[in-house]
Amino acid sequence: MAVPLWLRAAAVLATLVALLPLFYLVIRLAQFPLPDFLDTVFSARSARLAYTSLTLTFTVTVLCLVLGVGLAFLVTRTQLPGRLILGVAAALPLAVPSYVAAFGWQSMNALINPGTSFEGFLAAAIVITSVTYPYIYLPVVAALVSVDPAQEEAARALGRGPIDTFFSVTVRQAAPAITAGTLLCAIYVIADFGAVSILRVDTFTRAVFTSFSMGFDRLGGVALSSILLVFTLCLLILEGRVRRTGTRYSTMSGEGRARPARFQIGRWTLPILALAWTPVLVALMVPLSALLVWSLRGVSRPGSLAEIGSALLNSLWAAGLAALATTAIAIPLALWLARRPSKLARLLERTAYLAHSLPGVVIGLSVVMLGIAVLPALYQTMWMLTLAYCALMLPLALGPVLASALSAPPELEEAAQSLGSSPGVGYLRVTLPLMLPGILSGALLVLLTTIKELPATLMLRPTGFDTLATRLWTYTGGESYAAAAPFAALLVLVAAVPAWMMISRLLKEVR
Amino acid sequence: MTATDIDATDTGITDTDTTMLQVSGVEVRFGDQPVLHDIDLRVKAGTTTAIVGPSGSGKTSLLRVIAGFLAPEHGEVRLHGADVTEVPAHRRSIGLVAQDGALFPHLDVAGNIAFGLPRGTPRRERRRRVAELLELVSLTGDHASRRPDQLSGGQRQRVALARALARQPEMILLDEPFSALDAGLRESTRQAIREILRITGTTTILVTHDQDEALSFADQVAVLKDGRLRQIGAPEEVYTRPCDVETAQFLGDAVLLPGQLTSQLPEPLSGQAGAVWDSSTPLGSVNVELVCPNLAIAHRTASGSTGQVMLRPEQITLSEEGVAGTVLSSQYFGHDTTALVQLEGVESPLRLRQLNAVPLTPGTQVHLAVQGAGVFYPAFTECHACSARPARVSIERRGATLMPSFL
Repeated sequence: MAVPLWLRAAAVLATLVALLPLFYLVIRLAQFPLPDFLDTVFSARSARLAYTSLTLTFTVTVLCLVLGVGLAFLVTRTQLPGRLILGVAAALPLAVPSYVAAFGWQSMNALINPGTSFEGFLAAAIVITSVTYPYIYLPVVAALVSVDPAQEEAARALGRGPIDTFFSVTVRQAAPAITAGTLLCAIYVIADFGAVSILRVDTFTRAVFTSFSMGFDRLGGVALSSILLVFTLCLLILEGRVRRTGTRYSTMSGEGRARPARFQIGRWTLPILALAWTPVLVALMVPLSALLVWSLRGVSRPGSLAEIGSALLNSLWAAGLAALATTAIAIPLALWLARRPSKLARLLERTAYLAHSLPGVVIGLSVVMLGIAVLPALYQTMWMLTLAYCALMLPLALGPVLASALSAPPELEEAAQSLGSSPGVGYLRVTLPLMLPGILSGALLVLLTTIKELPATLMLRPTGFDTLATRLWTYTGGESYAAAAPFAALLVLVAAVPAWMMISRLLKEVR
Repeated sequence: MTATDIDATDTGITDTDTTMLQVSGVEVRFGDQPVLHDIDLRVKAGTTTAIVGPSGSGKTSLLRVIAGFLAPEHGEVRLHGADVTEVPAHRRSIGLVAQDGALFPHLDVAGNIAFGLPRGTPRRERRRRVAELLELVSLTGDHASRRPDQLSGGQRQRVALARALARQPEMILLDEPFSALDAGLRESTRQAIREILRITGTTTILVTHDQDEALSFADQVAVLKDGRLRQIGAPEEVYTRPCDVETAQFLGDAVLLPGQLTSQLPEPLSGQAGAVWDSSTPLGSVNVELVCPNLAIAHRTASGSTGQVMLRPEQITLSEEGVAGTVLSSQYFGHDTTALVQLEGVESPLRLRQLNAVPLTPGTQVHLAVQGAGVFYPAFTECHACSARPARVSIERRGATLMPSFL
């Protein structure tokens, strides 16, 4: 059934506002004098930054690929003892934001080797890998679980051995998930700001932030942002293409099908157990034990509890506003996308995903420039901060809200209309109540993710407004680990909620 | 009523006192795909009309045009004589009962039924109406607080009907409301709902692909095929005098025999308008009617014209004398028995149906006689309205005819 004009107009308007930072960045790019722009983009500094960013992304992605696919295989396709526990533990690092992990490793180093510093390329590669590999691990587990065993059995019946079958059939079918997960992982690494900054690795994101905090080279920041924009766009397009071709493989699902064959491990059990658990335990225990030790010291500082309390309240306030605004924007767009989406609706949706995938520093810088040049009255108010959050978080709200709109059948809207409700009243009395669970979980996801957000918060918070993330940042910069640790611990608790939602969904599939 | 009479509605014979709904010249296409073509339909107040057609024939589209969810490209929809073609669905006062009831899952039964009541209705009045409607659809008061997922399929359909009736709409549209129910429940729910609609005097349009349902439920049956209305008439009219072979086969089992007109009889049979002829068929001399509306056909039809003679299986009976044939097989259904009989010189065997009979032994010699008149479809193909195309009987249709369609 047709989507009323007013709803489409509301969706377009709301989404355009949310994506204003992205558009403004493009406008500023277009205003850049071309020779200056080329000079900045093709300078020696840019080349150095590109080299560091790309090698870091490549290294981390390869490490994540090995860890993610290896663990996923062990959990789903072997008879490794305790594979379910391993399955959950391997996903848990999802709950550690990258800058919290960086802080954890650095503060652990300060406990063990006082006087030395834990920083640089290798440190960043280890830290980021330890929290990013679940982005490959989780989709590959899902893919390996959903591969139709009938095809493996067919290959076996055609005379292929178990290992041959695994590589010629199973891996081929999981390939789209592996590729898409890898590209997603690369997008996260390129966008990372907190970990590379704490570990002092000069990547694009750190350089964009420096150009902002130094205050004199905003145009340089815009030029660097444009490079990040192009990288992200390429990865997103690739990812979209892989996902489209990938759907072909995963349509063969049926009820009551056979369980997949699981490899016997036999005498290799102990070495494999050690090999699998070591990275998982290191990824979890190093930051968490450091947090625990330093937190106990930290909370005993005078006045620390009041400081923690006020930061928590500020975090909740800022993230609550973001959740409210982002969800409100997502609802009309989701209704449109769920019914008869036009090309414009699809374009808005994709643009929202692009803004979400961009590094927070890029969106942050754009909103800073927007505030200074266009809306000085709103600069350094919660308005601008909320705007940046909306641009970054819209797809997080859109996902669950859209799913719930799709599950509310349009026949019910027709029934409401045949009972005398106008389309608007029908949405209000029938569709929205049915979408409520999706709306709430979308808002919750935005709330929890926003609390973790660091770069845009640093750039746009009103003066004196400190959240959990900014406190952690400030104290880590001054190497006050004891003061920083309680904030890090709270952030892990917050991030654990959405991580647990994903993991519990996964557990249902693996069992 | 045949297609000629449908055309008469175009000439302005609209009786606004009794005509509830008038659909004229409606055309709908989805992209390049024509879905409805030149639809004219008149529904009298207080009657029940069944729109019947195979899946993909456009019946749901026609229903959505009437309800106001689909705008026709051409043509108009009049309700009580007023043009409502541009009126949005929620201002049409037409109730809709969907296939699965489309009950609101977040409201209980009472909330669903009261949904369409005007905003300002006082609570006591609201409760009174809900109780009244629950009673009307034979549900008890303790159903009021149940959730839709706690109801059986038949109960859901009753609640959906009660919800639609609560607003006292001008008319009610039923979109395959019984097809989601299993066979036993379907029959009883159908009877219950027909009775409710009769008591309330509600003008009703039923859309269905089930010809038995259409014939037993409605005062008027409209046969839709490929987006065109092939025939509109009383159930017995469309069943005994289908205007083309496809319609005949869609509405029930049809026995098709080659035939040749011999002589025109002076008087129409039992007050029917169509011309009646005598014809010679492999079953001997059979009275046939010409139901084709096309005048060109009538002019070209003469003694010696060849074509197909359509009979219903129950019109063929066993007798002491008459044309002889051999029983090929026989199926016993309890209330009736069907048999396939091979006649000398006829390619395909005939199907006949007998009430209260024991099965026939294959190989038995029987003699056949014909009760009543058949329908004659001329062989020439210039006729547009009644294309006598070769018989195609789908498996689905055969399955459906295992139910006795004439009881």
